Amino acid sequence: MRGKYPRCLRLVAPIWNLSASGSRCLSSAVTPEGNQRKGGMLLQFLADRFYDVEALRDYLFQKQLSKVHKKNRSFVGIKKRYGPYIAGASFVLKQGGAVKFQGQEWIRATGHGYSRLKLLNFQAVPIEAVDASDCAINYEGLDNILALKELQSLFLQRCPHVDDWCLSRLHQLASSLQELSLAGCPRISERGLACLHHLQNLRRLDISDLPAVSNPGLTQILVEEMLPKCEVVGAEWAQGLKSGPEEQSQDTASPLPT
Amino acid sequence: MFRGAVWLLAGRGSLGRGLSTRSGGWTPDWTEKVSEIKKKIQSALPGGAWHPLYDTSHLPPEHSDVVIVGGGVLGLSVAYWLKRLEKPRGAIKVLVVDRDHTYSQASTGLSVGGIRQQFSLPENIQLSLFSVDFLRNINEYLAVVNDPPLDVQFNPSGYLFLASEKGAAIMENNVKVQRQEGAKVCLMSPEQLRNKFPWINTDGVALASYGLEGEGWFDPWCLLQGLRRKVQSLGVLFSQGEVTRFITSSSHMQTTSGKGVTMKRIHEVHVKMDHSLEYQPVECAIVINAAGAWSGQVAELAGIGKGPPDTLEGTKLPVEPRKRYVYLWHCPEGPGLETPFVADTSGAYFRREGLGHNYLGGCSPTEEEEPDPGNLEVDHDFFQDKVWPPLAHRVPAFQCLKHLVRLQVRSAWAGYYDYNTFDQNGVVGPHPLVSNMYFATGFSGHGLQQAPAVGRAVAEMVLEGQFRTIDLSSFLFSRFYLGEKVEERNII
Repeated sequence: MRGKYPRCLRLVAPIWNLSASGSRCLSSAVTPEGNQRKGGMLLQFLADRFYDVEALRDYLFQKQLSKVHKKNRSFVGIKKRYGPYIAGASFVLKQGGAVKFQGQEWIRATGHGYSRLKLLNFQAVPIEAVDASDCAINYEGLDNILALKELQSLFLQRCPHVDDWCLSRLHQLASSLQELSLAGCPRISERGLACLHHLQNLRRLDISDLPAVSNPGLTQILVEEMLPKCEVVGAEWAQGLKSGPEEQSQDTASPLPT
Repeated sequence: MFRGAVWLLAGRGSLGRGLSTRSGGWTPDWTEKVSEIKKKIQSALPGGAWHPLYDTSHLPPEHSDVVIVGGGVLGLSVAYWLKRLEKPRGAIKVLVVDRDHTYSQASTGLSVGGIRQQFSLPENIQLSLFSVDFLRNINEYLAVVNDPPLDVQFNPSGYLFLASEKGAAIMENNVKVQRQEGAKVCLMSPEQLRNKFPWINTDGVALASYGLEGEGWFDPWCLLQGLRRKVQSLGVLFSQGEVTRFITSSSHMQTTSGKGVTMKRIHEVHVKMDHSLEYQPVECAIVINAAGAWSGQVAELAGIGKGPPDTLEGTKLPVEPRKRYVYLWHCPEGPGLETPFVADTSGAYFRREGLGHNYLGGCSPTEEEEPDPGNLEVDHDFFQDKVWPPLAHRVPAFQCLKHLVRLQVRSAWAGYYDYNTFDQNGVVGPHPLVSNMYFATGFSGHGLQQAPAVGRAVAEMVLEGQFRTIDLSSFLFSRFYLGEKVEERNII
């Protein structure tokens, strides 16, 4: 392996000056959690000293990112040949979600009754509901879903890559979307929820359990004000409020003298 | 020989063990002397910065391939793209010089942080589109191993420009150009405006343009720190100091038509340390002027503008600092979560800040009312006289029945625009005569939102000699001499 000239001098120094060479390894203040952390530290130690290991580590990181990108390619070929509904359905089913055509039952990739050929029967049938919960959909992959202009329900529960940027694209479904669920998405914050005001036909919105929202109760109130015709399900407005001294004494005291 | 010295000291048994346990003959400040000796020997080993007489670790290096004057978002963006586009890896040594490492007066940190694609020039729209892309994928561009991911806190709420009868035709034209370049903008009539945003008073508004995607505001400090962290991990050196002098050499040449012209090259940059007369001459090949509001002064140091007027030698860099105020106020009855960044017909603007009915806003003063840019003191009367009346007219809720609930100005600050007095657009690319000074400045209030794309353009110019991705040839310095204004009509 090629050594790095200025850094290999640190091999001389570490007897007395561990802090200089070790500062990179120990920079993160997280306590080591077993073998995985030790492996990570070993990789960091080697990457500091050898160009090849650093390039390997960068390559592994890029590979992880490109995995998500590959899953979210647009199905342009299928779209041209069979139309946007089939393309959207293939995309969602490939990701592991479920699709509901108008007048049909839910179709899932693993369930019985699904086959690619059967899907082709529904070329002209619009999709009315998409359940992409727990799927690795991201900003680019949303292209396939936004082409479904008659979509009425969209479930994006617990999607790890759906963030505020994705929400800003949903305005393209404003004319048809009536139900939207974003429960449990780790990257959505109140800033993304602010751009849901385009969805004027929305009647049901689920924003429960969003860890990145800083103030769930206040956000719930503001979203309800923003979308007056919509039923917003999510945090209770009192969540996050500390109970006052009266309520506390009420809890401890017996409700009624027996 | 040095290893011998190491083992000699180690032989005494003093290193790495508790010195206080030894009795007699060991003075209490021996640990300091030992660490001093350690430092000296370490700096004497090859690869360290060593000077025989005194410690030079606080000074910048003596040689650097590229010196970037100015460590704000534009300077760091150029450093990042230089490091990213260089071939082979590690080929170019980059030094970023900034005189204030706290960024107390830098335009980046004091910026309102908006990003929009609603410009009239196609180049500006393309720059903004790429920058939005960059921000969206910031954790792919600026990832540093073992460091937490960045959250720029982007609010995708869009910009809403309001136009009166006079400006309606220009706005329609602009929106056409924006749509052609790929921006998602829609036009709204006053009626549609009232339906969408019932808190707006559409009196005097003939047309409105609303950005649907890729527009909003974000945290500029996070972008700056993210760039700084990444750029440091890529091996860029930082130095705190002020550039006081350029050592240049001139060569007299003749153009093909026989006219004489003097070409200059910068050989050294003198970087002066804070609160001292000490300076370090840094020998360099290329200098990038990203000094923001003070770029004009840096350009003068290189001799740009020193010559008879109406010649290329005598054309100064027309960038000067202009002070702008930003006010933060609270209005409990104000517009809600859906509020975009509203730019009124009068030039006043405001946006929502946070969830607590706080709003940030300001207004660009006219030429006659320009405040003195000598300091960053805030003029609170400016808010009462120039900012609040048009905004209160536009959003009646801001009038806040004075006896019940008052409009409270919670805070205010001032920052500089690196204002290009010629045509309010950026200056990018090399100077025609001082061939190794490149500009990345003069963006007059929209520098932050175009920084990632401009950094890439300047890096391409430096490394390859031409713009590859976005063609910014209309932003070159020569337009000041030729008198070709590239005017941007949508300036806030």
